[in-house]
Amino acid sequence: MYVAVKGGEAAIEAAHAWLAEARRGDPGIASLTVAQIREQLTLAVNRVMAEGSLYDPDLAALAIRQARGDMIEAVFLIRAYRTTLPRFGASLPADTGAMRVVRRISATFKDAPGGQVLGPTFDYTHRLLDFALAAEGADPAPAPRAAADLRPVPRIAAFLGSEGLIEPQPVADDPPGDLTREPLAFPADRALRLQALARADEGFTLGMAYSTQRGYGRTHAFVGELRIGTVEVEMEVPELGFAVCIGEVELTECETVNQFTGSKSEPPQFTRGYGLSFGQNERKAISMSLVDRALRWRELGEENTGAPAQDEEFVLAHGDNVQATGFLEHIKLPHYVDFQAELELIRRLRAEALAGARAESAE
Amino acid sequence: MTGTDYTFAYLDEDTKRMIRRALLKAVAIPGYQVPFASREMPMPYGWGTGGVQVTAACLTPEDRLKVIDQGADDTTNAVSIRRFFQRVAGVATTTRTAEATVIQTRHRIPETPLTEGQILVFQVPIPEPLRFLEPREPETRRMHALADYGLMHVKLYEDIARHGAIATAYAYPVTVAGRYVADPSPIPKFDNPKLSDSPALQLFGAGREQRIYAIPPHTRVVSLDFEDHPFAATKAAGVCALCGDDASYLDEVIVDDAGGRMFVCSDTDHCAGRRAAGLGPSAAAGAAAARPPEHRGAAAEAAVCAAAGPARAPVPPDPAGGQHPAPEAAG
Repeated sequence: MYVAVKGGEAAIEAAHAWLAEARRGDPGIASLTVAQIREQLTLAVNRVMAEGSLYDPDLAALAIRQARGDMIEAVFLIRAYRTTLPRFGASLPADTGAMRVVRRISATFKDAPGGQVLGPTFDYTHRLLDFALAAEGADPAPAPRAAADLRPVPRIAAFLGSEGLIEPQPVADDPPGDLTREPLAFPADRALRLQALARADEGFTLGMAYSTQRGYGRTHAFVGELRIGTVEVEMEVPELGFAVCIGEVELTECETVNQFTGSKSEPPQFTRGYGLSFGQNERKAISMSLVDRALRWRELGEENTGAPAQDEEFVLAHGDNVQATGFLEHIKLPHYVDFQAELELIRRLRAEALAGARAESAE
Repeated sequence: MTGTDYTFAYLDEDTKRMIRRALLKAVAIPGYQVPFASREMPMPYGWGTGGVQVTAACLTPEDRLKVIDQGADDTTNAVSIRRFFQRVAGVATTTRTAEATVIQTRHRIPETPLTEGQILVFQVPIPEPLRFLEPREPETRRMHALADYGLMHVKLYEDIARHGAIATAYAYPVTVAGRYVADPSPIPKFDNPKLSDSPALQLFGAGREQRIYAIPPHTRVVSLDFEDHPFAATKAAGVCALCGDDASYLDEVIVDDAGGRMFVCSDTDHCAGRRAAGLGPSAAAGAAAARPPEHRGAAAEAAVCAAAGPARAPVPPDPAGGQHPAPEAAG
């Protein structure tokens, strides 16, 4: 009698042991290594780094392995680890203009200085399952190589800017807020919104961005430029008095050029949306720039059409997948105390309603 | 993970200081929701990250910690959080309410009256009592600033107009120290009277929503109601099948395929204590289990609650409406 809710401790132990066994899978099959995940599931590693807000491909690969490939669980592991790391300081703003690009495309100009560099992309592949991969065949032949061009690649938006056709990049010298160190307050400024979007769930951000393309807060975006490559991270070291390079990170940056016919306060000109993500992560960076642009309606004097993507509180409060999945899945936890209170209330209301109905029919 | 790899109680000292500052502010302004920079914890949001951070900031190596979920020490989440602090803080733990210095709870206040010096930490999912009436944070903050609680009173009034009673059974809103309307976390309204004038310090942590609030010891806490519809702390009309208690909050357990029910104390420590003292199931418990609950009406239930007597039940519902707290919602 009364066993259903007992035995938490032993049950948890057993469940964890089972989980470890399930994670390993068939022991007759070689175990995945963290290095294999890092090298061969790179885009998964990138996503975990971006949404986990921690640039460390090895830890992200470990998290993916530990999470059995559950991406949000892996992001969660990285976030929980990240929170214990001491904060020594902040880097200088990364100079993406000096990015050494592996991919750089513009959808607004057929060609531009710096060229269209396709890089490693799925874009023009036919999505046909490659059964040769299943056969574990030989490694592919090396891709052809061009001579390295070390000149910085100019920005597409700068060409529009020289004609005054695009809004000037808003200048802000204030240090950006940090929603991992300060509670998020509304209204949030653009820097905070971008920070929230950079770590927001890829699927959520994609859905929000897609909704703007389908008319819910339409912003008519073109990909002005998408660039992927490595940038140096510099930090001012107080003992030295100057900035030193402490490493490099791979980033994906997207700048959209948005049609804009002007408003009460702004003349007709192109406007900008911005997206930035750790690693090669184009879907996320493009989605982010569309949502960023949609959220700027107030600043540009546009109409609020009530679209979800224009609503910063809605977007920012619901984009974090670790928060969302935690709260969603917590309804698996016992709620029998509350449910008991509800049962009691419903029974009483029903009893009163039925008694009332009986009294009425007797009259 | 081992204890030595992390700071005492997991969070780094700067973070604990930040949380303690928020706690001090919360104690200074009872019922006011203080924003704090909630950290990511190694358990999911919604599973008590706010409570865990508050507990981490309050714990000292000498503390004795009790963790309950649904009133029970042995529910999975309570076990998990208790183990977490055993591992990262190495503090002593207990299941005895009277022996604990810090109690972290989800959804209940222990039946055993709390004492001076104890800290009760509540896990809070949605700290904003006005959230389901007004989804926007700047708007609800404004309403609190102006003590503009008309919307809440209208909601309670509409409940009465529609159902003849206030249709909130848990997370029942309260006024703290005559000023802020606060969410007591999803405790059943049966527990609401224990919030008021408690000798213990009551702290509330909402991790995902980044809010901390507090009810300092001996603070008056009033459940919202109307003069002609006084607040009543209700519970299931049953008797614990294990210890025979008819005054503690009960969980209903389905015991067979025919839908037979029995009731047991939600507070496992309370129930075990009574059984250790030689108290056992009474004849009434068997009768309660045998009768389908549908056939019991409001009258029977009120009778059971009233029969609990004033010694054990903090605020027995009073059908005559004699003793209800001063109406907050007369307007």
